[in-house]
Amino acid sequence: MEFVGNHDPFPDLRVKIGALELQNPVLTASGTFGYAREFVDLVNLHRLGGVVVKGISLFPRMGNPPPRIVETACGMLNAIGLENVGVDRFIELKMPYLRGIDTQIIVNILGDSLEEYRHITEKLSQVPGIAAIEVNISCPNVKKGGVAFGSDPDMAAAVTRVVRDNTSLPVIVKLSPNVTDISLIAMAVEQAGADAVSLINTLIGMAIDLRTKRPCLANVIGGLSGPAIKPVALRMVYLVARSVSIPVIGIGGIESAEDALEFMLAGATAVQVGTASFINPRASEEVVEGIGDYVIREKLQSVRDIIGALESD
Amino acid sequence: MSQYQENATIIRFEQLTDTNVRLTLQTEEIAQAAKPGQFVMIRAGKSKDPLLRRPFSIHQTSSNGRMQVLFKVTGRGTGLLAHCKEGETLSVFGPLGRGFSIDPARPVCLVGGGMGIAPLLFLAKRICQVKQNTETDMIVLGGRTRKEIEPLLSDFQFFDIGIMTVTDDGSLGMHGMVTDVLKTLSLPNNCIVYTCGPEPMMKSVAALCREQKVDCQVSVESVMACGMGACLGCTIKAKDDRYVHVCSDGPVFKTEDLGWNL
Ligand SMILES: Cc1cc2nc3c(=O)[nH]c(=O)nc-3n(C[C@H](O)[C@H](O)[C@H](O)COP(=O)(O)OP(=O)(O)OC[C@H]3O[C@@H](n4cnc5c(N)ncnc54)[C@H](O)[C@@H]3O)c2cc1C
Ligand SMILES: Cc1cc2nc3c(=O)[nH]c(=O)nc-3n(C[C@H](O)[C@H](O)[C@H](O)COP(=O)(O)O)c2cc1C
Ligand code: FES
Repeated sequence: MEFVGNHDPFPDLRVKIGALELQNPVLTASGTFGYAREFVDLVNLHRLGGVVVKGISLFPRMGNPPPRIVETACGMLNAIGLENVGVDRFIELKMPYLRGIDTQIIVNILGDSLEEYRHITEKLSQVPGIAAIEVNISCPNVKKGGVAFGSDPDMAAAVTRVVRDNTSLPVIVKLSPNVTDISLIAMAVEQAGADAVSLINTLIGMAIDLRTKRPCLANVIGGLSGPAIKPVALRMVYLVARSVSIPVIGIGGIESAEDALEFMLAGATAVQVGTASFINPRASEEVVEGIGDYVIREKLQSVRDIIGALESD
Repeated sequence: MSQYQENATIIRFEQLTDTNVRLTLQTEEIAQAAKPGQFVMIRAGKSKDPLLRRPFSIHQTSSNGRMQVLFKVTGRGTGLLAHCKEGETLSVFGPLGRGFSIDPARPVCLVGGGMGIAPLLFLAKRICQVKQNTETDMIVLGGRTRKEIEPLLSDFQFFDIGIMTVTDDGSLGMHGMVTDVLKTLSLPNNCIVYTCGPEPMMKSVAALCREQKVDCQVSVESVMACGMGACLGCTIKAKDDRYVHVCSDGPVFKTEDLGWNL
């Protein structure tokens, strides 16, 4: 029998992303949580559903010249340029620590050719402690004149297949919102063997400094993130969740448990907390706590009860 | 290098000039852990706009868990902070970054310009704690006008270190720039110069130090989102065309490690 009177202090927050089991639906978004260690003084890392690390490429990348970030209304633009230590140093320097955290470690990968995606996937598949691979397909495909992999269903499917064929780990494909019909891309990567999709990556945007008559970012354009993008992200998650049968991970402007639960109502099985971690380093853990409180307060059997439970007439 | 996020009560609000404000905050852990040259990220207001925290150097700390920041109103974030009231709380996160490195055996010269004076008070305090003798040490404080420097001067007079002031308009101390003062001093060659201020000022101080073969540590600024090494947004050019992150590799650097064309 269930507890009488007093509430259950351990709400059931478990969710499954394909074969990947999460103790709760809250992950940190790639590029916003470093390699987790940066946050150890502030966040109880073991309480997170998972950590998605900064995007990793085959070779180290220096990233873009500064300025790389600029604040905009309720958000920020970034053009970090995918600075990272490269897959070999990631495995050597970052994995030993990550492996010690009692949570799922998801490695976000990027590349500018199918070959590069294949190489990284092969390397990561040998490494113990990695729970899944998240594929960033928002990067330009050098062989196709720099068009982003994620902007074309065929190219998106091709990347997915390359990763799928070279690993037995769950494959999450991270979708770019900078497309005409995100559902088409989602269906293409599902067909190509993705275990899940995560969305959205940043929306491309621009800011200009009137005083200097120059773009605020050295790279001219950058990716918009933060609360400003939440309504756009919510709509895309809603659309994609109705078009595919694989799990959807919702991302975009999530700061609180309320935000996260809205994404789950729209059909997300899990969520990622991004920019919010910059403002409140504890944001991800607070979202976990808040979702737990909600499940108790609403007397749900499990958090899974609200996935896709959006009501409409 | 522990970091804390605290809701700090504003113990004291001081409007030093039209644009300059000093806040005294009750921040137990941050004040205990802080080292000179480190900074904190403060959230201006509680709404989603402006979204990001703002970085501020730690002006000084006290053993009863208090910390001061000194800032100039330059935009929306600092504008909001300048409207805070005593008794209100602010979300403060820190201490962050690598501060100044101190060698008790060597003579020092502290060179601050404008709000760059902020971290130097904490530094001067620590230097006086660790050094036996500060007779040959020097503090140079520069600013635009007397009004800007005068409210800060009395705090530095607590130390046994000589102070020289310099203003753009000559209204206090020497007329000119901090480098004009530095040129009149004969810096011992094992001296460490610490400087913080507007970038052109720091560059000319660094150039002078290089000429005189004296070590120089600078505290630099850049735009920041996280302040803790997670966003990789705060890069600046270092030597050999590499990039460094101001929040985690700095904000204090040896000038020879930066990509400054002096
Ligand atoms: C390590 C560090 C220590 C600092 N210490 C002090 C201090 O002790 N006293 C003080 O007065 N100022 C200090 N600054 C500068 C201070 O952070 C900026 O003046 C402040 O962020 C401006 O915010 P705003 O909203 O008022 O201005 P806005 O111009 O509206 O700011 C818009 C954006 O630009 C950024 N920005 C603007 N100017 C600067 C700048 N000079 N440096 C970094 N980011 C900037 C802001 O963070 C924000 O993201 C420091 C900066 C850094 C990096
Ligand atoms: C500074 C910064 C760096 C990012 N780096 C990456 C990255 O390396 N790989 C990736 O797939 N997404 C990256 N993102 C996108 C985020 O993971 C996330 O999809 C996006 O910011 C939207 O979520 P948010 O509004 O909660 O931040 C980055 C975002 C920011 C702000
Ligand atoms: S401010 Fe985020 S890495 Fe430095």
